[in-house]
Amino acid sequence: MTHVAIADQIEEDHEPTGFVRKYIWSQDHKVIAIQYAITAIFVGLIALVLSGMMRLQLGFPDSFSFIDPSSYLQFVTMHGMIMVIYLLTALLLGGFGNYLIPLMVGARDMVFPYLNMLSYWTYLLAVIVLVSSFFVTGGPTGAGWTLYPPQAILQGTPGAGKGIILMLVSLAIFIVAFTMGGLNYVTTVLQARTRGMTLMRMPLTIWGIFIATILGLLAFPALLVSAIMMLFDKLLGTSFFMPAIVSLGESLEFSGGSPILFQHLFWFFGHPEVYIVALPAFGMVSDVIATHARKNIFGYRMMVWAIVAIGGLSFVVWAHHMYVSGMNPYFGFFFATTTLIIAVPTALKVYNWVLTLWKGNIHLTVPMLFAIGFIFTFTHGGLTGLWLGNVVVDLPLSDTYFVVAHFHMVMGVSPVMVLFAAIYHWYPKITGRYFHNGLGKWHFWLTFLGTYAIYLPMHYLGFLGVPRRYFAMGDSNFIPESAYSLNASISVSAIIVGVVQLIFLFNIIYSLKYGKKAPANPWGATSLEWQTPDTPPRHGNWGKTLPVVHRWAYDFSVPGAKQDFIPQSVANEDVEMNDGSTFTGHKED
Amino acid sequence: MTTDKQQDQPNQLSQVEQESGMHSVVTDWAADKEVFNMPWGKLMMWIFLLSDTFIFSIFLTSYMNVRMTTTASWPSSSEVFALTIAGHHIPLLLIAIMTFILITSSGTMAMAVNFAYRGDKSKTFWLMLATALLGASFVGMQAFEWTKLIVDEGIRPWGNPMGAPQFGSIFFMITGFHGLHVSCGVIYLAIIANKVRKGDYDKKGFHIVEITGLYWHFVDLVWVFIFAFFYLW
Repeated sequence: MTHVAIADQIEEDHEPTGFVRKYIWSQDHKVIAIQYAITAIFVGLIALVLSGMMRLQLGFPDSFSFIDPSSYLQFVTMHGMIMVIYLLTALLLGGFGNYLIPLMVGARDMVFPYLNMLSYWTYLLAVIVLVSSFFVTGGPTGAGWTLYPPQAILQGTPGAGKGIILMLVSLAIFIVAFTMGGLNYVTTVLQARTRGMTLMRMPLTIWGIFIATILGLLAFPALLVSAIMMLFDKLLGTSFFMPAIVSLGESLEFSGGSPILFQHLFWFFGHPEVYIVALPAFGMVSDVIATHARKNIFGYRMMVWAIVAIGGLSFVVWAHHMYVSGMNPYFGFFFATTTLIIAVPTALKVYNWVLTLWKGNIHLTVPMLFAIGFIFTFTHGGLTGLWLGNVVVDLPLSDTYFVVAHFHMVMGVSPVMVLFAAIYHWYPKITGRYFHNGLGKWHFWLTFLGTYAIYLPMHYLGFLGVPRRYFAMGDSNFIPESAYSLNASISVSAIIVGVVQLIFLFNIIYSLKYGKKAPANPWGATSLEWQTPDTPPRHGNWGKTLPVVHRWAYDFSVPGAKQDFIPQSVANEDVEMNDGSTFTGHKED
Repeated sequence: MTTDKQQDQPNQLSQVEQESGMHSVVTDWAADKEVFNMPWGKLMMWIFLLSDTFIFSIFLTSYMNVRMTTTASWPSSSEVFALTIAGHHIPLLLIAIMTFILITSSGTMAMAVNFAYRGDKSKTFWLMLATALLGASFVGMQAFEWTKLIVDEGIRPWGNPMGAPQFGSIFFMITGFHGLHVSCGVIYLAIIANKVRKGDYDKKGFHIVEITGLYWHFVDLVWVFIFAFFYLW
């Protein structure tokens, strides 16, 4: 126990002065988190606009002259890649991970603040490289977010010149940025917790972020390696992924490479990536539900082990994305089985969320509405996942709108629901002010119902066999007239939902200045970040002394206690009881 | 609201010190504050190396996959990696020397760590410098090997006269990536050695030498696998 003292040394912890050192070249995890969040939301808005353009084309074909087949494919690709990596991964881990880890485990900052700062600036560089591909000749790559070779780097694919190179370089830079941040998150959780904060007392938010970061550190290498190899295929003319091929009537120099190898590498990254996004969301939604239902999370230990189990299993399911690529039937059997097994801990979590709500004192606040919305969309997307996990069901549904609907429900809308819940939930702590409640409720209902208006019909389109990523359907006989009107209706809903997000943006910006002043702990939450001496927390978070943790993070509605919550930092003898007795703890702890 | 008066909180945390085996593992993971009794930087290096292990594993797995799926014949390693000295054709000579040098550098590194913890700054400095020099000579020999392969044998990343074009591409990529790691290690060693000499760690302690050593041993270990997969297969 010789190194703990470092956390208590405040003499090295000079608060920076001056705007630039405080808010730009900042090493404070809270400022870095906000920098991450603003950048991620900014690129996320670009991706949102791209999806709107796609919907315009699909809903009203031939009406918009500025969308041609090439640009449509570019929109598809950039929308997917930005949303998955540059928005969700960056906002959940870089944003919330950075903000919440030190506060929730009772640390003054990340263990290596300088590295943390570098992580953000490297991430920003990755974003700039990515966005710059919109402005080069040929535009960004249009290879689909999976970037499958050989088509990704061959003539005829939009952006096969500079676009794909910038994409791959940007991904490599992003991975470097993520590694710098991720090493910090894992080390902070393992080594810099405050006194009394055992691993099994950490809020589930931290568990989710912690395991997701480990997944990232082990899964991103696969993407890095495949990006390097594809860059060499493109720039040096190597043949890692390129078989002998005839392109535009001309036989190319490549020979003997394996496109399937890329798919394996990509999905060895790509599937854990789903859980890199999902696990922090699982964690945060658990805390939001417990806090706003005034009830301890049901089965805390099970929830933790489910997160760990999902993390482990997520590395052995990747080839379920590749059933149509062709594989030995025994492998298909293996990956279908593991895929169905991973549904067990996931379902366990959903049951536990619902059981937490059961007989809880549910406050339908805006964060809670989004959290409950998440339970719906996630269950929905999870169930269709069971279908697609089975080889025989997957084959006819592959590359149809059913798949689009499935993954948007489960890893698009669901984490975004949690992100909104989390932003609204922690907004009073981050800014010191309340958001506007009415606007928040409008935002929720329009987003939630709009989501269903968009994605429910898409399942049906998938059953009809409407293929995804197509610019237009042409004269396909098997697609009935009704599919076109359905597409138009989906597009209208999508545009409305897109515009509705302006309410959210307006709300968080407006409330920054004009919101009602919030107290330190407006929701009556138990975890440490709500117990800081200042709101918003200052540099160093805890003032002179670090908090001491005496209990788990879910002491809500404890029988006999005066208040319906007991913060983690309150000792048993300090708990006010109704009958004046001394609180003696309870078996959950 | 939180004072230090609750130090007596009975949470089975720090009172269990003398345990061994599985029990101590459980105790460490059930404790507050920290799981591993080591400095932050050292744990971070371990985690980084775990991530880096995945990078090299995936490189080598890709290599095996490429080598097994390509239809063209793979060049024979005892032919390609041979030196002709005084008219004799000696397979794997250069690579044996390179491997020997790198393993030796691990030895000097381990000694440097030992002397660092004893507080012998001067010996630590010279041993780290020796490690860096051995590493630099490894990179130099690698450059020589590459030159020979490129100039004499006509091997290029996109093709070669002996068979499968993937031979050159995967060889240059993986040994290049490893060589990059060695080069970074040499620079890292030089910087830390210099700081040790200047006395920058007199107060903080010499954990940093061990952390540098972890990285260096890892790079050596990776080389053993690359050696086995490229030169002995």
